[in-house]
Amino acid sequence: MLFSPFISKPDSVSAIMLKVLLALLPGIAMYVWYFGPAILVSITLASITALSTEAAMLKLRGRPIAPFLKDNSALLTAWLLALSIPPLAPWWLVVVGTAFAIAIAKQLYGGLGNNPFNPAMIGYAVLIISFPVHMTHWLAPHGLGDGGLVLAELSYAQQLQYIFSGALPQGLTLDAISMATPLDTLKTHLHLEESVQQILHMTIYGQIGGHGSEMVAWGFLFGGLYLLATRIISWHIPVAYLGTLFAIAGIFHLVDPAHYVAPLFHLFTGAAILGAFFILTDPVSSPTTNKGRLIFAAGAAFLTYMIRTFGGFPDGVAFATLLMNIAVPLIVLYTQPTVFGKKAQGDKP
Amino acid sequence: MTSQEFKDILYNGVWKQNTGLVQLLGMCPILAVSSSVVNGVSLGLATAVVMALSGAAIAPIRNLVPNEARIPVFILIIAVLVTVIQFAMNAYMYSLYVVLGIFIPLIVTNCIVLARIEAFAAKNPTLQSALDGFAMGLGLTCVLAVLGGIREIFGHGTLLSGIDLVFGEAAKSWVITVVPNYHGFLLAILPPGAFITLGMLIATKNWLNLRAERKLKGANATITPVDGGCAPAAH
Repeated sequence: MLFSPFISKPDSVSAIMLKVLLALLPGIAMYVWYFGPAILVSITLASITALSTEAAMLKLRGRPIAPFLKDNSALLTAWLLALSIPPLAPWWLVVVGTAFAIAIAKQLYGGLGNNPFNPAMIGYAVLIISFPVHMTHWLAPHGLGDGGLVLAELSYAQQLQYIFSGALPQGLTLDAISMATPLDTLKTHLHLEESVQQILHMTIYGQIGGHGSEMVAWGFLFGGLYLLATRIISWHIPVAYLGTLFAIAGIFHLVDPAHYVAPLFHLFTGAAILGAFFILTDPVSSPTTNKGRLIFAAGAAFLTYMIRTFGGFPDGVAFATLLMNIAVPLIVLYTQPTVFGKKAQGDKP
Repeated sequence: MTSQEFKDILYNGVWKQNTGLVQLLGMCPILAVSSSVVNGVSLGLATAVVMALSGAAIAPIRNLVPNEARIPVFILIIAVLVTVIQFAMNAYMYSLYVVLGIFIPLIVTNCIVLARIEAFAAKNPTLQSALDGFAMGLGLTCVLAVLGGIREIFGHGTLLSGIDLVFGEAAKSWVITVVPNYHGFLLAILPPGAFITLGMLIATKNWLNLRAERKLKGANATITPVDGGCAPAAH
């Protein structure tokens, strides 16, 4: 029997982060199902790097190591970064990115709770600027290899060999075994004066987005809804982000459907769903006011669409997040709610 | 000028009030040309020469210039000296001149030059002013050398690339390849790399200062320091 008062113990940082990690699992499962287990290697590499970098930095800063390592926040950064870079990449790529994210983007700013930018997205930005070649060769989904999307499909052992030694089987180049992302392919073919309808007939595309990757997006959506249901994140950021992205893409699509792809495509390709539920909602680098969250997410959606459609990078979620991160202090300043019992700002005599 | 004065001015310029790490003046050229050792050192030395000459030129007339008109007068003198350096580099080191480009004439607007004139040459005798200008320039050169070196190693895996621009074709073999078959880390060469590396250098200097301070305090606090007592003997 329960007695009042019902005082609930708020979740610790560690428990919240653990739930977010759990929520990533459906997406990761879909990833493995469609693209093979190479992603698990990068997640493991990123996790080990993140934890050891975090421990080394904490030691340098003279902070207690064990309690901060146990808060799982470094692991979350590692997983998000590993999920945003190609699984078929040399091992040092993910190691450099994760170490940079933890050491510079997180610990140098003062550790958990003090970083103005999302560390995982800083890691991604550093990698895509420094190693554009490695960052744009993606694995093709199963069953579309062998003459379909890519010339040949590597066995898992061959993938492992490539990740750790950089050696490809005789006669194969990196271009032969990898593909561009669905977003990138769309952009390239639009430049070749093809219409959206023609392009979407390519085998790389599935029902809504990219073949395979759209299912990964469904997995992340499922995990995101779990986070909403357990109230770990509020609805403001995901709804405002996906809503704005849908609206902008919808307007462009209605005006010129041959050049601008349907809005649902934008939601289910790239990192839109992952960004809406897992990246933009980072409690440290996103606004604390609800109105601020709406503005923040809408701005990020606008920038994502602009970078994707008119920019040169394969996806815009990372840069959109970082650019809006800069604006967070200003957004929070201007969206302070009126304190209960005080008059609203406009009422001042 | 006493030798103590000489030492003080030199120490002040190169370490204690280092333009790049402590005064944080003239950030634009520091960040923009420090993508390699050769670029950085060349611009650093050009600045050092300008600063030494302008110190020597302005200190003798410091009492003749009316206070209200001092800034235009100082700037005019600095501009003349920079033009001389620019033409000299154009004539004798053309390829380097092309690489450094706009940053040579921009030495005029580099606030570190005018700042030292205002803070030092306008109040001190000629010899000291010339030395102060040179020491400050030398401090800047050191920062540019380290910054350029770190960015070059991380960015390209080489050291001293472009040295042939200064010493001619024969110097091409002086380039040191630190990491063979390096992929290149573009971020270190791009502006963010300059900011991050400079931040690290400033942090390192502050840390060294802090450590020296602690050591000094530790030595004063205990009369017979166990560690401190052994250290000098070991040297």
